[in-house]
Amino acid sequence: MVGGWTTLLYKELLRFWKVSFQTILAPVVSALLFLLIFAHVLGDNVRVYEGRVGYTAFLVPGLVMMSVLQNAFANSSSSLIQSKITGNLVFILLPPLAPLEFFGAYVLASVARGLAVGLGVYLVTLPFAAPQMAGPAWVLFFATVGAGVLGMLGLIAGIWAEKFDQLAAFQNFLILPLTFLSGVFYSIHSLPPFWFSLSQVNPVFYMIDGFRYGFFGVSDVSPLLSAGVLLGTSLVLGGLTLQLLRRGYKLRY
Amino acid sequence: MTAAVAIRGLEKSFGTLKALNSVDLEVQPGEFFGLLGPNGAGKTTLISVLAGLARADRGSVTILGHDVVSGFRDARRKLGVVPQELVFDPFFTVRETLRFQSGYFGITKNSAWIEELLVSLDLVDKADTNMRALSGGMKRRVLVAQALVHKPPVIVLDEPTAGVDVELRQTLWAFIRKLNVAGHTVILTTHYLEEAQALCGRIAMLKQGRIVALDTMPRLLDRFRALSAHLRAPALPEQWANQASAHRGDTWTLPLKDYGDLERLLTDCRLSNTPLTDLRLEATDLEDVFLRIMEAH
Ligand SMILES: Nc1ncnc2c1ncn2[C@@H]1O[C@H](COP(=O)(O)OP(=O)(O)OP(=O)(O)O)[C@@H](O)[C@H]1O
Ligand SMILES: [Mg+2]
Repeated sequence: MVGGWTTLLYKELLRFWKVSFQTILAPVVSALLFLLIFAHVLGDNVRVYEGRVGYTAFLVPGLVMMSVLQNAFANSSSSLIQSKITGNLVFILLPPLAPLEFFGAYVLASVARGLAVGLGVYLVTLPFAAPQMAGPAWVLFFATVGAGVLGMLGLIAGIWAEKFDQLAAFQNFLILPLTFLSGVFYSIHSLPPFWFSLSQVNPVFYMIDGFRYGFFGVSDVSPLLSAGVLLGTSLVLGGLTLQLLRRGYKLRY
Repeated sequence: MTAAVAIRGLEKSFGTLKALNSVDLEVQPGEFFGLLGPNGAGKTTLISVLAGLARADRGSVTILGHDVVSGFRDARRKLGVVPQELVFDPFFTVRETLRFQSGYFGITKNSAWIEELLVSLDLVDKADTNMRALSGGMKRRVLVAQALVHKPPVIVLDEPTAGVDVELRQTLWAFIRKLNVAGHTVILTTHYLEEAQALCGRIAMLKQGRIVALDTMPRLLDRFRALSAHLRAPALPEQWANQASAHRGDTWTLPLKDYGDLERLLTDCRLSNTPLTDLRLEATDLEDVFLRIMEAH
């Protein structure tokens, strides 16, 4: 006898792995396109970190992290909503899986998908990237925990949404602005004061900034602050998600 | 003895609709129990509360002594549910579906039992077929196999034979009966009342969320014990003709109280030289009882 959650995790991994063309390759290609276009259009005109880092090299970690986060979110949210809509969620609601096991399986699968896509993006953008990472441990930490946080957000969205368009709304009105207003494409110091302050309350900004610190050893804010914000966010969201699962919110009627 | 299922004061509303209204029910281990009622009576809602898919507003349910909320792990391990809706994961083949379901219960080495289920439910030919490519009746049988994959002592089947052909219905019931004989408690809902009559030892009838009848099969049938005679005759003695519940051309249907009644009918026919060319008797069945009880409530 092992915990049923390992089977659930395995199923969730298989779910995206079997269609890796769409779940891994497609986002890698689109990140590469982003890079080529932005680097080509803006390459010579944007100065970041007082010119210590070239714009294209600056962009690479941002795109890698954005891909990690978006795909982590996509994994748990789309899996859950599909199971809900087709009704086969009942197969995991009937077994004796505790809320924490349910949570763990979905979030870990999201992290795996996020990291797989992130690794892919990193590999194809390697020719444009900085020659070496200043702190690989930071890179791994921010990618993993960041993917976990977005995996939790995906779970929350999947629990809450009853239709695909509700999920799309969650994605378009929350996830997309959070990732785009996070300094993926620029250093937030180049923003006007209003947007600068807004970015500072966006947890995704700290994920990207900390991640980027791992590459360059330079960032907009201290990586310790970013790590703190990230851990705090994951505790709050983790607690919230578990609470929803415990209450059976929208899953058990 | 701990009840297989004990339901106490169960209430569940959807908005203003009372889907379950103070339901009390105990099913003992080893019973073959039928849960009957018209569409919307609350059968599926009741089963959903047993399975932890729905939360009761009030009251409690235990499965072999384990509360379905506070002791959900043990309760769910002891329970196998065949859902009414024909759901499946289009991602898997039949065998994968069963392996994963087994895994969710924490049972990883289960292939002997899985193969036995495939054989018993006549799914061997389709074992490696994707779920999408199965017919409705086959999907239904996979649902049954999924519910049994962890060998639950209590089995709940919500209309397991809807859309299943005659032959497989027989196979399915033979299999479920075998499990029942081996000690599994079986709770069944169905709209095929002759099935329920043939299988169930005890019946609860539900209407608008309330239990309106709860008794053993023989006692239920006794309650409205009666005969009806289907006759073929050109005419009937007047007092009998007036009693006919149906009459078309030379065919008559007469309700009779008992066999004494039948004897008097035959005597009257002989005395009045009425030739009977056909006579068929029918005893009350569960369907009659069901209709009478539903009418009365
Ligand atoms: N999720 C739900 N939301 C709102 N109302 C519901 C829900 N589920 C069931 N109901 C209502 O509760 C009542 C009982 O439904 P239930 O599905 O339990 O009936 P049933 O006895 O299983 O019927 P059937 O024989 O058609 O399967 C019905 O009036 C139904 O419309
Ligand atoms: Mg039903």
